[in-house]
Order: sequence, then C-alpha cells, then structure tokens
Amino acid sequence: MRLLTHNMLKCHVKNCTDPDKQYPLRFKDVQIEQIEYEPNEEFLVRMLPRIDWSALVKTAKDLNIGIPGSMPEDPASDQDFLQKLHTIIMETHITEGSMVCDGCSHEYKITKGIANMLLAEHEI
Amino acid sequence: MSLPTPDTGHLRRAEYSTVYEPAEDTYLLLDALENDRAELQAQRPTICVEIGSGSGCVSAFLGRVLSPHGALILSTDINPAANNATRETVAKTPSESTFGQCRTRFVQGIDDRLRGRIDVLLFNPPYVVTPSAEVDSTIEAAAWAGGVRGREVLDLLIPQVPALLSPGGRFYVVVIEQNKPEEIIAQFAELGLAGQRVLSRRAGIESLSILRFTKPCL
Repeated sequence: MRLLTHNMLKCHVKNCTDPDKQYPLRFKDVQIEQIEYEPNEEFLVRMLPRIDWSALVKTAKDLNIGIPGSMPEDPASDQDFLQKLHTIIMETHITEGSMVCDGCSHEYKITKGIANMLLAEHEI
Repeated sequence: MSLPTPDTGHLRRAEYSTVYEPAEDTYLLLDALENDRAELQAQRPTICVEIGSGSGCVSAFLGRVLSPHGALILSTDINPAANNATRETVAKTPSESTFGQCRTRFVQGIDDRLRGRIDVLLFNPPYVVTPSAEVDSTIEAAAWAGGVRGREVLDLLIPQVPALLSPGGRFYVVVIEQNKPEEIIAQFAELGLAGQRVLSRRAGIESLSILRFTKPCL
C-alpha cells in the first residue's frame, strides 16, 4: 500500500468521532518497501490539492521519512519538491503491519500490501 | 473493441476460485467506458474508485481508457482473494494510472476523505434477483446475489453517491431489467443527479444495461 492510499484512510468505527484522533491512522510494526517508478509530474500536481498535507507530514515523520514541513508556494514548478513527493507517496509501500486509530485503538491489518478496513457488524 | 480486454488468466488459479470471473456484464461496462473515452479523457479524472472490483478487469481497463493520462484508481472488495486478483490484473495491464486496493464494503474507511473528490465511480453490483437471505450468504454469493428485485445492495449505495462525486464526477453502474432502471434514474434525479441508460445488451436470460449519472459542475 502506497502512502498515497494511506492518506485516504480514516477510522470508521461507530462512536469514534474525534477528528483529531481518527485520522491519520498510525502505522504499527510495519514493513516498508521502496519501489522505483517514473515520476508523473502532471499527475502529482493534480493530486496535490487532494492530499491531506498535515496527515502526510505526520505519517512520514512517524516512519522517519524526510518530508518538507510545508508545501512550497508554487509546487508545480518545484522539481525538487515533486521528486520528494513522488518518493514519499508513490514509491513508499507498506507491505505488512497494521494501522491503529488513536481515538478508539482499533487496529486495521495490512496483509501483503492490502489494508483491511472491514469492521464487524457491531463496530459499524 | 479497439482497446484490449485486461488479461485475467490468473483467475484460473485455485486461490481465486471465489472471485467473480469477467462475463457479459463486465464486458458491457468496459464497452460503455470505451465509448466515453474522449469525454473521460477530457474530464481528466484524478481519483477513481471501483466498488466490488472482483477480478480487477474493470479497474485495469479504466487505466487503459484514461491513458496517456494517469489517475489514482482505488479498488475495493470485501473478498481478500478479489483484492489480490485485482492487484495482479492491474499489474499486468499497461497504463499511466496508479492503483490501490483496499478490503472494505462499498467505500467504508475511504468515504470521509474522498467525499466530493471522486471523479469516476464504478460499480458492477450483485444484481441478480434472489431471496434476501442469499445476499452476503457466502463470499461467492456476495458477488451476484442482489436480494429483492436485485436491488438490496445497490440501494445501500445510491444515497451516498451524490456526496462522494466531485463536481462533474460520473457514476457508472451495471443493472438488469428486473432492477427497474427507470426507477433508479428517477431516484437519482431526486438526488440531483441526471442519468441515462448509455448501453444495453441481451446476454442469455439477462437484459443488461449500463446507467451513467453525472454530478453537475459548480
């Protein structure tokens, strides 16, 4: 699972409603794999407004991945920034481990790179 | 069809025995997407979601339809074998898109972040008319058993669709005649989404259609 996909995941347990705690989900005991791809800058620039930047910064820091603290004023023309963004959201994959909600402590498993967001009936 | 159908030959492996294999309904959805290729490319989607991706044939094909442009194509399914099959199918299918798979029901767990941000939403629901008890009775049945009028699963999604789509976003869904397509179109109209039947085909006893709904631009 790419960090880009992780940026879209939020705890959806019933009664877990503290927005400061249910997102982003915190990685726990994860295995990380870097896979190189050709960067697609045009796509990155379109995606950027749909990324929750502060969640991405928090997650990258948790994983000890270097990330610019703030977005540059003109990201589209900042090659350096786009390359870093590409490395973080596109090339960094979580293969095993879990994601924990800081609000309700629910643990979502990641198996062979796929997150399990399914909840039991009583949790929905 | 000019675009090649994604290779799903790996579905013959035992680990994928519970995954719905591409059939006429799948191919009709591929044809509808290909017919709309120029419009879809002009829309330049950034985030696309397929619910219940099964083999991953449709997700992979959407990547092809959008090429040479790239999008994030997220595919959900409740069946882990389908998640894996989808990953294998999209990996075999060349495109410029970025794919992600998630084990979940509908869009649970991604709906909050993606609200108003989904440019293309695809769903080939379990549409076969069955007794209610058959819906979700087994992992295989979950792929086709639709309960009363074949609508029990689709009806859970319909009210969520308008909020999920981005302005100008599109929703494509596979239906059969017993699902009462005209009633579905009227239901969406009440929710503010215009829709129409864009393609129909008869396959054995099934009279299949693709409905397409569009959210107005701002």
